[in-house]
Amino acid sequence: MRLEARGRVAPGALIGAPFVAIAFTLLVTAALVAWAGAPVGRTYALIFAGGFGSRFAWSETLTRATPLILTGLAAAVAFRARLWNIGAEGQLYAGALAAVAVGGLREGTAAAWPAAVLFPAMLVAAMAAGALLLVVPTLMRTHLRVDEVVTTLLLNFVVLLFVSMMLDGPMKDPAALGWPQSVALRDDLALGKLIDRTRVHTGLVYATGAAFLLAFVMRSTTFGFEVRAAGANPRAAAFAGVPVDRTLFLVAALSGGLAGLAGAIEVAGRTGYVTLDMSPGYGYTGIAIAMLAGLHPVGVVAAALFVAGVLVGADSMSRDLAVPTYIADVIVAVALLSMLVATLFARYRLRLR
Amino acid sequence: MKETVLRVAGVSKRFGRIKANEDISLTLGRGEVLALLGENGAGKSTLVSILFGHYVADAGTVEVFGTVLPPGDPAAALRAGIGMVHQHFTLADNLTVLDNVMLGTEPLWRPFSRRTRARAQLVEIGRRFGLVVDPDARVGALSVGERQRVEILKALYRDVRILILDEPTAVLTPQESEALFATLRGLVAGGLSIVFISHKLDEVLRVSQRVAVLRAGRLVTIVDVAEATKERLAEWMVGRALPRVTMRAHQRGDSACALEHVSVTGGASAALRDVSLKLHGGEVTGIAGVSGNGQSTLADLLCGLRAPDAGTVTLNGVALRADPRAWIDARVARIPEDRGAVGLIGDLPVWENAISEHYRRPFASAGLVRRSAARAHARRVIERFDVRGGGLDTPARALSGGNQQKLILGRALGGGAAQPDDFVPVLIVANQPTWGLDVGSVGYVHQRLIDACARGAAVLLISDDLDEVLALSDRVAVMHGGRLTPARPAAEWTRNALGLAMAGAGELDAA
Repeated sequence: MRLEARGRVAPGALIGAPFVAIAFTLLVTAALVAWAGAPVGRTYALIFAGGFGSRFAWSETLTRATPLILTGLAAAVAFRARLWNIGAEGQLYAGALAAVAVGGLREGTAAAWPAAVLFPAMLVAAMAAGALLLVVPTLMRTHLRVDEVVTTLLLNFVVLLFVSMMLDGPMKDPAALGWPQSVALRDDLALGKLIDRTRVHTGLVYATGAAFLLAFVMRSTTFGFEVRAAGANPRAAAFAGVPVDRTLFLVAALSGGLAGLAGAIEVAGRTGYVTLDMSPGYGYTGIAIAMLAGLHPVGVVAAALFVAGVLVGADSMSRDLAVPTYIADVIVAVALLSMLVATLFARYRLRLR
Repeated sequence: MKETVLRVAGVSKRFGRIKANEDISLTLGRGEVLALLGENGAGKSTLVSILFGHYVADAGTVEVFGTVLPPGDPAAALRAGIGMVHQHFTLADNLTVLDNVMLGTEPLWRPFSRRTRARAQLVEIGRRFGLVVDPDARVGALSVGERQRVEILKALYRDVRILILDEPTAVLTPQESEALFATLRGLVAGGLSIVFISHKLDEVLRVSQRVAVLRAGRLVTIVDVAEATKERLAEWMVGRALPRVTMRAHQRGDSACALEHVSVTGGASAALRDVSLKLHGGEVTGIAGVSGNGQSTLADLLCGLRAPDAGTVTLNGVALRADPRAWIDARVARIPEDRGAVGLIGDLPVWENAISEHYRRPFASAGLVRRSAARAHARRVIERFDVRGGGLDTPARALSGGNQQKLILGRALGGGAAQPDDFVPVLIVANQPTWGLDVGSVGYVHQRLIDACARGAAVLLISDDLDEVLALSDRVAVMHGGRLTPARPAAEWTRNALGLAMAGAGELDAA
């Protein structure tokens, strides 16, 4: 048994791969659902209805998709340059913390700034915090050959502990009755509602805007060419005069910045303050979303909607059936693995003997 | 007729639409050397891979000593007595010769290895066939010729009766090739049969008794060498008369590039020691030598990939910084050794590869790629440099080797200029520009280099292929162990002198 590279990869095969992967995923998880003793068809129907079946379902899915689009973009742009950023989760928390530090701490001094100034400053601080967390491991890779998979992954735990320290220390909210929770963001910094009487906020506009902007950058700018060239073949890119190390540095700032922005937008749009459970693994889920999207920025929006719908739908389904909500995590994880295999088969064919 | 040891009957193999082998039948007699002659892509490698069980033929059988081999089973081929020496050696550098030879011959479950017996056997084989190598030498410390002897010993130790040699002279100096031919005569006298794969006509005529010529997957003919001439073989191999490179009269111009007492130490590639060289416009300077002696470091210097540790490199009197962009902007056309890994970004389409050296200037403004101008330029490169087998949006890796090289040529020699044909580079650095290309593409690449030279470019030609160096160069220098001999007019070198210099004999004189 061996894999042979296909001479020419059909573009249809690459576009079809995520759909095949999702179909296969639903097949695999159906077995788990059946094992839990629940009717498979009804379970999926309830997940779908809970994620996309009503105005309320849609609003919840869109709210959930907002940070996922940004972390998905963070992974997509980094992976395109073969920079393996596994640290979006930590970068998101760092961004959230920086946002509150600028826009919530010492309300007296901060209040001196009008919201029109403070709001962009808050976003910039959040992106800078996220970027810093990826730029340092990237420099360690380009200059010292330290594997960024290890450093970015482990930094997630360092950041979480740091956040925990801040929430119990300098940034603790005195009014939170002892809960580990940060001081609140100033009220006039909160994002507006996109749809009335729902939780959908204008952060969704920022996220989708970022996706289309990034798609344009990747396709039409010299920087986009440098990213794709440095990712596809760094030796050949360097030979042709692409500054590979500098490109990786900029990609790191961009990717970490997007993840940091996700944190700020969650704080400004949804929670209003930082807690240790504000992200149920958005950073990690972003990796699966980026892969499902084939690393394409606009595809990330679609993949994030799908994953958010599954997460929200599974929550609602588990209230009716004896299937735990963790089935959503299984679906996302299996979808990632299936997608990897599907793209493999789009590029290679399996030969028996 | 001698006893037949190997019979290939009606073997066919397709890869997708490509017929790699089509109804090939041939036999090999005991004590015979059969040459498999053909261009790259003619189906030689596919055929021996089927012999050796790496591939399964779609049709046909392989019969060894009268028994049909089970298809797709390399272990069975080994047991039947087929051994193979690959072009790229499969030796563990850190182990000794004896360890390498024994590797894989002993069952895993036996607690002790029988080294004493193996050593005696190895020494005996070496003595019988005149293959002298110290069993305790570390393979990493051996020369290329010696490593090849170890590969052959490895096969003989496994009691091989049929030995397949894949392009065995590609990595050898002329003198080492002579030693190999003597070894082969000894093996044949000892009763072995040999399949000798090559695309070099001279050596095929010298070592083999019969020649099987393959072209485009088909067996064109099998002839006795006595009935073959070089011209006939070439015509069978290519299917037409060879295109001749027309040399244009060119005048030696001013010094375009000068290396003075350049040394490079450390780094991943081989070192350079006190290298001095002047390259003139309108002149081809050839660098001969066995690969791995510092040629790629020299090319890296002149492609702007690294800076010298000592000495100076100047282009038109100016020392450029080690940055590919600075060298591209100074009109240096660079043709790298490894097309796939360094020359092209295989996943990106042809048009982006065609402008990858000029994506900032002139094909972008304000950070935006000028897509239509870039694509128009790529289209001109494809037309003027005859790149076939794909359009602008085909991934570069889907092109054949010859077309990939033409694309690189077009990018480098065209210089991103509006009229790629009229651009004249200051310097052309061509490192192994025809390695692995078919004869037609070789002629094309040579003609392009000669034409650019006639228009005033200085050409540095680095090649393992002595014939190529001698055919194209006005002056030739030889590289060995990081040192470069003075460049002398090509006519003043004899093949023998070149071979000695490639083996490092020149250093003795200097010392």
